Amino acid sequence: MRNEDADVKLVYSMPESLVDRPNHYCPGCGHGIIHKLLTQAIDELEIREKTIFIAPVGCSVLAYFYIDVDGCEAAHGRAPAVATGLKRVHKDKVIISYQGDGDLLAIGTAETIHAANRGENITVIFVNNAIYGMTGGQMAPTSLASQKTKTSPYGRDPADVGQPIRACELLNTLEAPVFIERCAVNNVKNILKTRKAIKKVVQNQVLNIGYSFVEILSMCPTGWGMTPQRAVEWIDEAMIPYYPLGNFRKKESDHV
Amino acid sequence: MAKGKPGIDIERCKGCALCIEACPEKILKMSESFNRQGQPYTICFEPERCTSCMSCAIICPDSAIRIWRYVAV
Repeated sequence: MRNEDADVKLVYSMPESLVDRPNHYCPGCGHGIIHKLLTQAIDELEIREKTIFIAPVGCSVLAYFYIDVDGCEAAHGRAPAVATGLKRVHKDKVIISYQGDGDLLAIGTAETIHAANRGENITVIFVNNAIYGMTGGQMAPTSLASQKTKTSPYGRDPADVGQPIRACELLNTLEAPVFIERCAVNNVKNILKTRKAIKKVVQNQVLNIGYSFVEILSMCPTGWGMTPQRAVEWIDEAMIPYYPLGNFRKKESDHV
Repeated sequence: MAKGKPGIDIERCKGCALCIEACPEKILKMSESFNRQGQPYTICFEPERCTSCMSCAIICPDSAIRIWRYVAV
């Protein structure tokens, strides 16, 4: 069919809300994939003009350079608190809080849990890469037992620093959240599931259903000291057994 | 089966090679030369075998791949 009587159709290109600028992330980093999925969801739901994106502290601190929507930078860990304020003042806007594991589960644990417990109508995207990537690979609350990092050179010792925290299971004990799911971006199949989950968490807010949370297992080849190919395998071998993928909660609204 | 071709923006590519693993037809490989970022980049060495499945484009963290599909007119 590849001749003059065939027409060429562009079937996949960069989402409109993603700025055409090379990003600063390391080769093989999952942030680029997640930015793309989020901007695809924003484009599909046609909410670009009313979205407020909250950039966290972490590698994605400059995410507002790449995502072409209005934005607000939050202090380390305070994104859910800022999101609460923005949402209560601007009820018609879509507030997306994008956070890493140091931001959401270390310094921002209180904000995360209380915003979820109040059932604020916001969207939280949690990128779990089991390490502090931006500061150079220190141990995070989500680093796995016996995982070697810069601050745990002999491997994380759970007897000393405790077991890694599972954010989805923790939030699933609360009453208010309406949607909790854990996904990964280590292969095409998982990325397509993540795409659906991200669209769902954003859509829940548009429909005023309530607090929606998605955790995404992502690669950090530089922080883990691996090649990008080894990093995607390591998610399958090490992270998914401890952080099982799947939906934890899915409440549908009564009036939709 | 659908046919198509990938369009790879070699200046955006950082050479992570995730697309090479993701391609079911195994028609992508790393270049021997380097782009302006100083990284090797992906090239498609047999574009006529491309089925426009979009796997490479979906996994690309740098949004460097576009996919065209040939459609009958």
